[in-house]
Amino acid sequence: MSRREKNLWIFGGILIVIYALFPIAWIVSLSLKAPSDLSNQQFLPTQVSWENYELILTGGASDLFLPALRNSFGIVLIATAIACFLAMFAAYAIARLDFPGKKLILSTALAVAIFPVISIVTPLFNLWRQIGLYDTWPGLIIPYLSLTLPISIWTLSAFFREIPWEMEQAAQVDGATTWQAFRKVIVPLAAPGVFTTAIIAFFIAWNDFVYGISLTSTNAARPVPAALGLFSGASQFESPTGGISAAAVVVTIPVIILVLLFQRRIVAGLTNGAVKG
Amino acid sequence: MAAIEMKNIIKTYDDGFPAVNDVSLDIADGEFMILVGPSGCGKSTLLRMIVGLEDITSGDMIIGGKRVNDKAPRERNLSMVFQNYALYPHLTVYENIAFPLRLAKMDDQEVERRVQEASDVLELHEHLDRKPANLSGGQRQRVAMGRAIVRQAEAFLFDEPLSNLDAKLRGQMRTEISRLQRRLGITTVYVTHDQTEAMTLGDRVAVLRKGLLQQVASPRELYEQPVNLFVAGFIGSPPMNFLPATVNGSTLETPFGEVTLDDEKARAVAGKDLVLMGVRPEYFEDASLVEDSKRNLGSTFTARVDVTEWLGDSQYAYIPFDAPKEVEDQLKELSRELDSDQLRTQAIVSIDSTSRIREGRDAEFWIDTRKVHCFDPASGDNLTRDAEAGAKLTREAGEDREADLAANAERDGHPTSAQGAGTAPAGGSTRV
Amino acid sequence: MSTTTLPPAGEKTSPKSAPKRAISDRARAERKLGWMLAGPAFAVMLLVTAYPILQAFYESLFDFRLTDPENRSFTWFSNYYVVLTDRIWWISLGVTLFITVVTVAVELVLGFGLALVMVKALSSIRPIIRAAILIPYAVITVVSAFAWQFAFSLTSGFVNTWFGWVPGIGADTDWFGGQWSALFVVCLAEIWKTTPFISLLLLAGLAQVPEVLQEAARVDGATWWQRLTKVTIPNMKAAIMVALLFRSLDAFRVFDSIFVMTGGANNTETVSFLAYRQTISRLEIGLGSAVSVLLFLCVVIICAIFIKGFKVDLSSTTGDK
Repeated sequence: MSRREKNLWIFGGILIVIYALFPIAWIVSLSLKAPSDLSNQQFLPTQVSWENYELILTGGASDLFLPALRNSFGIVLIATAIACFLAMFAAYAIARLDFPGKKLILSTALAVAIFPVISIVTPLFNLWRQIGLYDTWPGLIIPYLSLTLPISIWTLSAFFREIPWEMEQAAQVDGATTWQAFRKVIVPLAAPGVFTTAIIAFFIAWNDFVYGISLTSTNAARPVPAALGLFSGASQFESPTGGISAAAVVVTIPVIILVLLFQRRIVAGLTNGAVKG
Repeated sequence: MAAIEMKNIIKTYDDGFPAVNDVSLDIADGEFMILVGPSGCGKSTLLRMIVGLEDITSGDMIIGGKRVNDKAPRERNLSMVFQNYALYPHLTVYENIAFPLRLAKMDDQEVERRVQEASDVLELHEHLDRKPANLSGGQRQRVAMGRAIVRQAEAFLFDEPLSNLDAKLRGQMRTEISRLQRRLGITTVYVTHDQTEAMTLGDRVAVLRKGLLQQVASPRELYEQPVNLFVAGFIGSPPMNFLPATVNGSTLETPFGEVTLDDEKARAVAGKDLVLMGVRPEYFEDASLVEDSKRNLGSTFTARVDVTEWLGDSQYAYIPFDAPKEVEDQLKELSRELDSDQLRTQAIVSIDSTSRIREGRDAEFWIDTRKVHCFDPASGDNLTRDAEAGAKLTREAGEDREADLAANAERDGHPTSAQGAGTAPAGGSTRV
Repeated sequence: MSTTTLPPAGEKTSPKSAPKRAISDRARAERKLGWMLAGPAFAVMLLVTAYPILQAFYESLFDFRLTDPENRSFTWFSNYYVVLTDRIWWISLGVTLFITVVTVAVELVLGFGLALVMVKALSSIRPIIRAAILIPYAVITVVSAFAWQFAFSLTSGFVNTWFGWVPGIGADTDWFGGQWSALFVVCLAEIWKTTPFISLLLLAGLAQVPEVLQEAARVDGATWWQRLTKVTIPNMKAAIMVALLFRSLDAFRVFDSIFVMTGGANNTETVSFLAYRQTISRLEIGLGSAVSVLLFLCVVIICAIFIKGFKVDLSSTTGDK
C-alpha cells in the first residue's frame, strides 16, 4: 500500500469517527447549555451549565425521569435474562439435537424478528387492558421477548454451532452424562457467546419505543425512551430541549460503556447471527 | 481390558443407506486392530458404534463379554482419541488429562498421581499448565493420548489420530502409539485411511469397502494373499497393477506378452476367458539387471516407458497399455473407489535405482510370475489365492504378538510396582 | 443388504427384536429432548406474535371503538374498505416506501464504503473505528431522533446557522414545516442510525471473499474498481441481499423517528404511525387493527419479493448446511 493510499484510508477512518460521534457530541453539548443558551443556534454552549442534569436527576423532572430509568433497567434486564435463558436451551437443541421442527423454530424466529412491532401492539393494547397487564412491568416484559428472543436464538445457535461436536462426544466417552457434558464442557465454552447475546438483546430491548408508549400510561412501567418521547408533550418546563438532551445523554451512557468494553464481541455476535447464522 | 466382539453389525441411516453392513469381527484382548478403507467405507461409523456415539441398527456389540448396544458411551469405559483431538479449550492440559478422573469423582491425590504418570509417559510435564490453544499439533496429540491412557479403560479407540499432523511428526507419533500400545497391552481399535499406519501398527487389519468387511488378516497376509481386487488394489503403494489377460491353457496373454503360470494357478483360472493379472510394482525389474539364474523363473517383455521417477533409493517407471473397453471401465471404477482417480491404464513398475532405463524409449522388463495373482474381472475374487499360506502368515503374526506381550508383562512385572515402568521415559528403555 | 432380515442375535437379550426398538427409543428420546429444550422459546415466540396478529385480524372485522364498547358490531371487511379508500392510507404508504427506498439505497452505498474503510484500516486504528461505528447502532433511536431534530429545529438548531450560505437555507428555514424537508431530516436520522448495522453485515460478507481471489484478479490485471465490481461484489451477493432484506423490513416499520421529529404532521405519517394513531390515540380498535394487518401483509409481500424475486437464499442464514 502506498503512503498516499494509506493516508487516504486513515482519512476515511477519521471521517467515520466524526460521522459516528457528531450527533452524540451535539446532544452532549446541547445538554450542557443553560436555558438562555438553548436557542443561541450555535453548536457549542457559551458556558457549560449542569442545570439540565439537575433538572432531571434532582429537580422538577426527576420524578418523571428517575422512575423511567428504573423501569427501563428493570424491564430490559429481566426481558434479556429470560430471553437468554430460553434461547440457550433452544439454541443448544437446534445446534446439537436432531428433531423434526428445527427448521420451523428457526424460521419462526426469523419471522418474529421481522414482524412489524406495531401490528402486535394493537391487539396487546386491548388484551392487556382486559387482563390487567396494561401499564405493568410484566405487560412490557412479555412483548419485549418478541424483540429479544429471536435474535438470541439466532446468535446463540451460531455460537453453539462453532463448538466442535467432538468436544461433547469426547466428554461422553470420558464418562460424562449428557448433563455433565453440557455443564462442564458446553456451558464454559458457550459463556462468551451467551454474554454477547445478552448484550445485543439488551441493546434491542433498551431501544424499544413502540411498546413503551403504547402499553404504559404512567410512571409505573414507562421506560425511558417513551418518557423521553412524551417529555415534549408535558409542559412542565418552558422548553423541554435541555431536559431531553440531558436525559438522552444519561440513557446513552450505558450503551456507550457496553460498546467500548465489548465492541469486538458485539461485532462478532451481530455478524455471526445475521450472516453465518 | 477386554475383547471386543461384533456380531452382524448393521448401521442404516434414515435414508436407507447402509453405512456398515453385516460386519462381524472379533478383536482379541490386547490386540491392535486397524480399520482401514477409502473414505466413506464405514470405518469411522463402526468405531463410533463401538464407543457408543452412533446407534447400532442391528447386531450385537459385545465388550468384555457384555452386550453394550444400549449403553451410553460413559457406561462402556472406553477411551478415544478424536481426529481433531477434541481437547477442551477452557481447561489446562492438566485438567484436560484429569477430566475423566474428575468425572469419576476420584480424589485429588489419585488424580495428581495418575496425571503425573501419564505426563511422564508422554513427556508433557512442562506443558501441564498451558491451554490447548498454545500447543503445537504434536503436543495436542499427546495430550489427547494422555486423556485416553489416564484411566484404566477397557480399550483404546483412535479415529484417524494422525491425519492432522505433518508427515514427519506422523511418523514419530506412529511409533509412539505402537510403543504405548505394546507396553500397556490394551485392546486397541484404530481407524485410518493411511496404508503405512495400517501396515505398521496393526496386529490385524480389517479392510472395509462400502460398509462391507472384505478381509481381516495380518498386514502380511493382506499384502501377499489378498482376497479380491479391492484389497489387492488398496493395500500397497504404489498399488498393484492389474493387466487384462486372456487365458490360453496355462499361459496368459497380456499386453506385456505371454506369461506362463504354474500348474496350481493354471488350474485356478481354468475355464475363464479373461482374467485380471495382478502384479505388484516390485515384481517387475529391469531385465538387464536380473541374474540369469532368476531370469527363467519369470518372463520378459519389451515396452515403451512413458515416465520414470528416480527417488534415490528406488525408481519407478510408468508403462501405458491398452485394455479392452470393459476392463478399462472396471479399472477406472476401481481406482475411483480407491480414491485415486487414475486417468489412463498404465502399469507402475519398480526398477532398481541404478537402472538406466529412460523415458520415451523401449526397454526390456522382467516379471516375477511366481507371485502374480489372477482375479475374476466380474466378481473381483482372487482366483489364485492360497488360503493356507495366508492363514499361516496371520498365525505367525499372532504368535509374535503373544511373545511381545509376554515379554512386556515380564519386564513390567519385575520393577517395584506394576506402574513402575511408567516413570521411565517412554523414549528409552522400552522396545517394541 | 436388507435390514429387515435381522440376524438372530437380537434374541439373546430380549425376545422382540430389541436393537430396532432401542434405536427408535433413543431417536424418540432425542426428539423429545429437542422439543423440551426448544419448546418454551418457540411457545413464547408464538404467544407474543402469532396470537396477537390473529387477534388483530379478528378485531379488524369489527366496527369497534374502545370508548364506545356497546356498539361493537361485526362488519366483515368494511374496515379494510375504509382504510384502502382513504387518502391517508395511501399517503402514509407512499411516505413509508419513500423512506424505505431512500434510506436503504443510501445506507447500502455508505455502508459499503464504511466496510471497505474498516477492512483497509490499519489494525492499530481498527478498534477505534469499530467502536465508533457501533455507537450509532447502540444509541436509542429516540435519542438519535431528538439529536437530529434539535439540530435542524428553528429555535435550538445550528444547521441553519452553519449552512446559511447554501441557497434556500436561511435563519428562518423551517425544516419540519414541509413534507419533503421534514422527510429529508427523518431520512438523515435513520441513515445515521442504521448504516453501521448494514456496514457490519457487509463487512462480514467482505471477510468471506477470500483474499487470494483479490490477488488472482490483481495478477490477471484488474484495476481496483474492476476487482471491486467483478470479484468482490459478486462473491458477497448473498451477504448484500440479506443485509438489504433485513434493512428494508426494518425501515418499513419506521415509527420512532416520525413520532419524535414530526409527530406525523405535514403528511409525514408512516404506516406504523397511522396504526398507532388509530389504535392508541383514537382508540379505533377495528380500524387500527385493519391497518396493522395491512402493514403485516406489506412486510410479508416485501419478504416474498426479496426471496422469490431477488432469490435471496435464506438457507445460508438459517445455518442449514
